[in-house]
Amino acid sequence: MGKLFRVGNCAGFSGDRVDAPGPVVDTLIELGGPAAVFFEVLGERTVALAQLEKRRDPEKGYEPMLERLLEPILRRCVENGITIIGNFGAANPPGAARVIAKLALRLGLPDLRIGVVHGDDVSNLDLATLEVYEADATLDTGTGEIVSANAYLSAKPIVEALRKGAQVVVTGRTGDPSLALAPLVHHFGWAWDDWEKIAVGSTAGHLLECGAQVTGGYFYDPGYKDVPDPANIGFPIAEVDADGRLVITKAARTGGLVNPLVVKEQLLYEIHDPGCYLTPDVTLDFTGVSVKDLGGDRVEISGIRGGPAPLKVKATVCFDGGWLGEGEISYAGPNCLARARIAADVLLERLRIRKLDVQPRVDLIGVSSVHDGDGGTRWRAFEGAEPQDIRVRLAVSARTQDDADQAAREALALYCCGPAGGGGVRWRTTPRIRTQSYLLAPGDLSPGCSVDTATEIAR
Amino acid sequence: MSNPDAIVEVPLHRVAHGRAGDKGNRLNVSVMPYDPAAWPLLAEQLTERAVLALYAHRGAKGVRRFDLPLLPAFNFVIEDVLEGGVNGSLNLDGHGKSNSYLLLGMKVRVPAKFTRGEEA
Repeated sequence: MGKLFRVGNCAGFSGDRVDAPGPVVDTLIELGGPAAVFFEVLGERTVALAQLEKRRDPEKGYEPMLERLLEPILRRCVENGITIIGNFGAANPPGAARVIAKLALRLGLPDLRIGVVHGDDVSNLDLATLEVYEADATLDTGTGEIVSANAYLSAKPIVEALRKGAQVVVTGRTGDPSLALAPLVHHFGWAWDDWEKIAVGSTAGHLLECGAQVTGGYFYDPGYKDVPDPANIGFPIAEVDADGRLVITKAARTGGLVNPLVVKEQLLYEIHDPGCYLTPDVTLDFTGVSVKDLGGDRVEISGIRGGPAPLKVKATVCFDGGWLGEGEISYAGPNCLARARIAADVLLERLRIRKLDVQPRVDLIGVSSVHDGDGGTRWRAFEGAEPQDIRVRLAVSARTQDDADQAAREALALYCCGPAGGGGVRWRTTPRIRTQSYLLAPGDLSPGCSVDTATEIAR
Repeated sequence: MSNPDAIVEVPLHRVAHGRAGDKGNRLNVSVMPYDPAAWPLLAEQLTERAVLALYAHRGAKGVRRFDLPLLPAFNFVIEDVLEGGVNGSLNLDGHGKSNSYLLLGMKVRVPAKFTRGEEA
């Protein structure tokens, strides 16, 4: 390979292992050469949860683990010229920048240049005038109030921040692959309409954006697909050269693996038409892709094709979705299946007797749950050997927290009123967020960035 | 070892691996045979209709199969199977992440040489 640029991923979702970044950065430093790392921590609804957090405290609303994720690596990245990019700004990129600035001052890095991307928040737009993204056309958004509305920005504002000298770039909602594409475009100087190169950089981002999912996470199936040392899975590193050759590998001296099987699984992850995968930067075509095992946890991906970026920009709007109520109770030992079935039926009858305004579902965990439908057709029809330990779970959606709570407490009441031997009740209510995606015209957006030093930001 | 060309009926799990992902109320499940030579046989059996039947109890409205014979792989896009999507579902697994293993439980008929592991 010619001159390489390496991009490491340090987090694949909000809630990922906080000790993952260290080995990635160590490896990039050992290998030498130009490199960047990125954090993808903003799921579809994470930004709405962050927005709710920001309403409670205007300084919050960014990735809660931000400091814990960055502290072990920030100084080493700065000293070795490794750029850090992350959508850890969530609903409050300036707030995240202030946290990073304070951390930088504490670590003796007052001149750290921090870029903040803005312009993804589109809550000012009139939804009634917007086109609904077709995959969501059947989702019920209810009549809840809007919590957040964010467009998927392209890699361009990140590149702009890098050109202004940013060493850390904080974004809110951005196309996930754009987080990895940006440092590649910045380093190699690729033109935005050099679709083949933009496609390679975006595919690198797509493969890396879920962290360990391309290095043996969400993959281990003992006896079929084995993964070494799953408690220490190394996070991924993409090696890209100026001509667009792409190799996926991982942090050194870690668990996990990179082989063609796991790379193929991640290539198609959350993809619909593999011939037309849209990102804000490019339209990807994976139908000609092949993967080659280079050995030593290295897989080369070739045959990636790219075409012009979509004309419309996707934006996800989050609405108040009412409340989720959940109550659970366990039955074990002789005749537990019959006792669990009675408990399930009693729960549903209690909701009717009390005329609670809820939509219910019951699971028999240990018989059938996650693969079942809301009607419970599979556990109701179950005729196999009796399991020895079953957990009955009631879940309801409700407009008010009180209705959700009253329904969930019916599981609690089974302690004294339910079938024999019921134990281990847990119940809770959770606010719900519903999402709907829309398509915007590029003119609806005005993304940009600012770059300032830690000292200036912390002031 | 018994005849490697003898046709056996096994769960797809013994022939292929896969992964599930979601976007909105749509689920995608990728399926990749361990032995690329098994792809044409699976193409005959993993029809959109057969896959839709597997997810019918979840309210699935449609299935579209995308073929990737080079990789080789299939990508199934299953509509309306998440009963409200990650944010609206009452299912414990609102993302549908466990759903690859619902498809991998489907019975297929292939030569024994294409299978891995032992019958459970």
